[in-house]
Amino acid sequence: MSTDATLPSSSGRKYSRVPAGRTGPPTGAMPGGGAKPFIIRHPSVLIFLACLAIFTLCVTLLSEAFGLGIVSTSFVKTLGKTLCLCLVAVAMDLVWGYCGILSLGHMAFFGLGGYAIGMWLMYARTELIVAQSLSAAKLPPTPTEISDAIAIQIFGVVGGSEFPALWALAHSLPLQLAAAVLVPGLLALVFGWLAFRSRVTGVYLSILTQAMTLALSLHLFQNDSGLRGNNGLSGLQNLPGLDGVPQATVSMWFFWGSALALAAGYLLCAWVVSGKFGSVIRGIRDDETRVRFLGYSVEGFKLFIFTLTAVIAGIAGALYYPQAGIINPAEIAPIASIYLAVWVAIGGRGRLYGAVIGAAFVSLVSTWFTGGQAPDIDLGFYTVHWVDWWTVLLGLSFVVVTLFFPSGIGGLFDLIAKRRSPERHGADLGPEPGALREREAEE
Amino acid sequence: MPRFLQLLTVYALWLAAPATAQAPSAIQALLQEHREIIEKSSRKTIGPAIDALAASGLPEARSVLEKWQAKELWLRKEDGLFVYAEKGTDSYTLIDIASAVEIGSAGKRALKQLKPNSGIRGMIAAALVQFQLNDPDPVQRAAALDAIERDPEASHLAALRSGSGADPDLSLKARKARLERLLTIRFDPDEAARIAAIEGFAGDLGVDVRATLNPLVATTRGVVAGAAPQGPAIARILVPGTDLARDDAYTLLVETGLAPPRISRENQRAALIAHIVGGEVAGIQVADLNTDAARDLAYAELARRDQVDALATEADVDAALAAHSFYETFSAAPPGVAQAALQALAAIDRSVGLNQAADLTLDALSLASIYFLAAIGLAITFGVMGVINMAHGEFIMMGAYTGYVVQLFVPDYTLSIAIALPLAFAVTFGAGVTMERLVIRWLYHRPLETLLATFGISIALQQIAKNIFGTQARPLTSPDWLSGALVLNDVVSISYIRIAIFVMALFFLAVFLFIMRRTRLGLEVRAVTQNPRMAASMGINPDRINMLTFGLGSGIAGVAGVTIGLYAKVTSEMGQDYIVQSFMTVVVGGVGNIWGTLLGATLVGFLQKGIEWLNPSNTLAAQTYMILFIILFIQFRPKGIIALKGRAAEA
Repeated sequence: MSTDATLPSSSGRKYSRVPAGRTGPPTGAMPGGGAKPFIIRHPSVLIFLACLAIFTLCVTLLSEAFGLGIVSTSFVKTLGKTLCLCLVAVAMDLVWGYCGILSLGHMAFFGLGGYAIGMWLMYARTELIVAQSLSAAKLPPTPTEISDAIAIQIFGVVGGSEFPALWALAHSLPLQLAAAVLVPGLLALVFGWLAFRSRVTGVYLSILTQAMTLALSLHLFQNDSGLRGNNGLSGLQNLPGLDGVPQATVSMWFFWGSALALAAGYLLCAWVVSGKFGSVIRGIRDDETRVRFLGYSVEGFKLFIFTLTAVIAGIAGALYYPQAGIINPAEIAPIASIYLAVWVAIGGRGRLYGAVIGAAFVSLVSTWFTGGQAPDIDLGFYTVHWVDWWTVLLGLSFVVVTLFFPSGIGGLFDLIAKRRSPERHGADLGPEPGALREREAEE
Repeated sequence: MPRFLQLLTVYALWLAAPATAQAPSAIQALLQEHREIIEKSSRKTIGPAIDALAASGLPEARSVLEKWQAKELWLRKEDGLFVYAEKGTDSYTLIDIASAVEIGSAGKRALKQLKPNSGIRGMIAAALVQFQLNDPDPVQRAAALDAIERDPEASHLAALRSGSGADPDLSLKARKARLERLLTIRFDPDEAARIAAIEGFAGDLGVDVRATLNPLVATTRGVVAGAAPQGPAIARILVPGTDLARDDAYTLLVETGLAPPRISRENQRAALIAHIVGGEVAGIQVADLNTDAARDLAYAELARRDQVDALATEADVDAALAAHSFYETFSAAPPGVAQAALQALAAIDRSVGLNQAADLTLDALSLASIYFLAAIGLAITFGVMGVINMAHGEFIMMGAYTGYVVQLFVPDYTLSIAIALPLAFAVTFGAGVTMERLVIRWLYHRPLETLLATFGISIALQQIAKNIFGTQARPLTSPDWLSGALVLNDVVSISYIRIAIFVMALFFLAVFLFIMRRTRLGLEVRAVTQNPRMAASMGINPDRINMLTFGLGSGIAGVAGVTIGLYAKVTSEMGQDYIVQSFMTVVVGGVGNIWGTLLGATLVGFLQKGIEWLNPSNTLAAQTYMILFIILFIQFRPKGIIALKGRAAEA
């Protein structure tokens, strides 16, 4: 019952492997969690955390603020931002690689987190500036005068002079931090509830999430969206009240924060996918209907994963944008979420370290190529400028990875480990070997 | 005719020249009468001179005005005589303004040229209109009507009335009559005539009518103590708070001197600052004046000490507003005329509304046909084959760029479009087949993987286009016969290019239906989509069919690209603008059914235009809300408007 009679086999390999880094059967339940602690059962998590710690230490010792000064502040920022991207990639891997929901909206959640924190940064900083300029006045300013002056400072650029209702909480850091988590979470909850409830799955769901992202970015592009339209929020790298602290130090703080967040997010995701819960969501990915027939509330599981990863993405964004310094609606455009999928696919789906490797590798290589550091190739009749051609290479390599290396860079670890896997019939289709989507293969 | 008369007059004058050489001609006398203001040449004072010339009825008046306008009217310094002067070899030849005969010559120093500035020339032109209205040349008469429409004056009314009946050109005659009625509304002293003219325009859609009527209904706000006055001049009574903002109402009271001014926060602040004594104001520490309440308190204390004027409190404001009546009076026209204009405007508004609805419908139809064009290729690759091609938008872009490149080589726009349409089909057909062979056929039945791989291709194609053609928009120029618009009236119009797109959309619908239902290929496509193995055992080669179908869908996207390129700018990102909407169109309509796609496109187009109509300044918002609506729509009808049933749905 295979299409192989009429269509060429989807890949040369007839037999598949089971993951190396994971103990226990991939689709089996893990009753009680076993006697050994979680970390021991998953050595890959420990290895990853150790690598991250060593990396953080190295960067700290080489940084300008706390060490030898070999690594420049701007590169520390780039590394810190990369760690945030790794975190959102881990979230993407959880929702896509493990749960099978190809969401094209997670960079929107990422951006919403950034906007939430950016509102406070911009408000608090402008408040300080305004307070300073008004303190010279003969009468102490009233609260109305202060807020009017701040509003003109912030919204003058889009022709506004009043605070939109959206900014009601912008004065409070704790509330905006909560918003960085709650806004993406709530949006994901509502959107996910609507989508999963009506059983929108597969590519339809992807297109729907892409539409959501497009709608959000179009909305933010308007000047009257209350978030300064096309201009976005800027000056976020300056922490209010910390003008005396050099950027080198601030960037290290954010670097540590990002590393910590990545470690925590990685641990959380690894823990979520390790136990019985993880087995269920992998089951949903491989055969949703069968899991539903087994009595699980598929929608509930999907909604939980979708919302959880949206929250993680929001946190990553809240850490990313103070390092980037500026956020505008273009960052939320659908293409950003597509790139996120590209990173995870190139790194290797269905393995969390794959997502980290993919995001770090592709975004750093991207920076290298688009930064103009890559040497141009002179073909005689045409000079290849990597600034122009890198995106083409990225797109095509994405096609190649999808076609020939579905397990991505992370799959190389399996080759090195040379673990043998049980031989099973059927085409190797999934993100990880062992994800046998037999029904799909048969159709 | 008048020119002939003029010549005749000149001839007669020339015969009589010896007799009249000493006495100044009538026109010369007239000019001399206004010599002072003519010489002063100021726009503000020149009016009587021009009016006198225009109203003189003298046959030479027109030529004098024309020469004056052309800076050919000179003044002889020695005796102040107005003459025309023509530049000779070393001196100016002088010509008498009345008789047009040479009366000698003079050096430049003995003459003064009259140089009317542009403002005066405009006034002269307005005065000349009445002569031009009766010019034998229809072009001149049309130009005169244009001039009146631009800048109508009361004097034109008489000119129009005198000449309107006699125009041989019917369209000019109609224009004259219409203009005469419009000017009657504006300038006729007889109220009954104005009202009659206004009533004649009820329901007329012309912008000129609205432009004439709107100033007539202008009102000014008035306020009076006690009850509001009654009478026909009162347009309406205003209730503060509902018809009139409270602040505005009070400002009106202050302006009319019926109430004391309220002090603004700014002035209050200034007053407080002016009364800072030893770090406190009226006994309150300056540092404590950081709330509005504290400032009010300090100010009230200052007022109590008579150091500042007492300010009106909120209660005072309310009392003042309650004690007065606010109303609007017609300020620009007598009440009867204004009322008639109001009624006529209401009638016009109704028919304008109807026509706007029609216009909106046309707009929505054309937007729908653009979406349909963008989506029809997708209806084949996604709808029929089930292949998610995220590079579909890039095929549209590829087609548009093909058109652009063809136009670089073929300068004739009609011919270039005729070449570009099949060529774009060929190019994108080839690209589609290549893509199907290289990538997509390995990924059938793995939709998520197809989505990803085609994303990769989309990213790469977009960047390649950017590298080749640059980031700026490239023009794809439509032939001349497609530029312009079909104007039904002043409200409803549709550009020909949109009609062409509409026709194109219908054509593709027909092509699609024909291929799918009437050709061998369509039969085989349907067979392969329903059951590839069964089709294969019937002797159909599914590989070949899939390849051809995908190529067909891509080719149609290319042709759509040329059409869309004519209407929108060609950029490397244009595909992105349509891809999400295209998928939405297909999904909303119902996958696998062309009529569904048509309905989907119609729904999306009408919806977007409808939202735009509610919020006309903001197309971004319209797109946002439309996408949100579609997301919600899919919640309730996940299979689209037309859901496939039975076996076709399972295929």
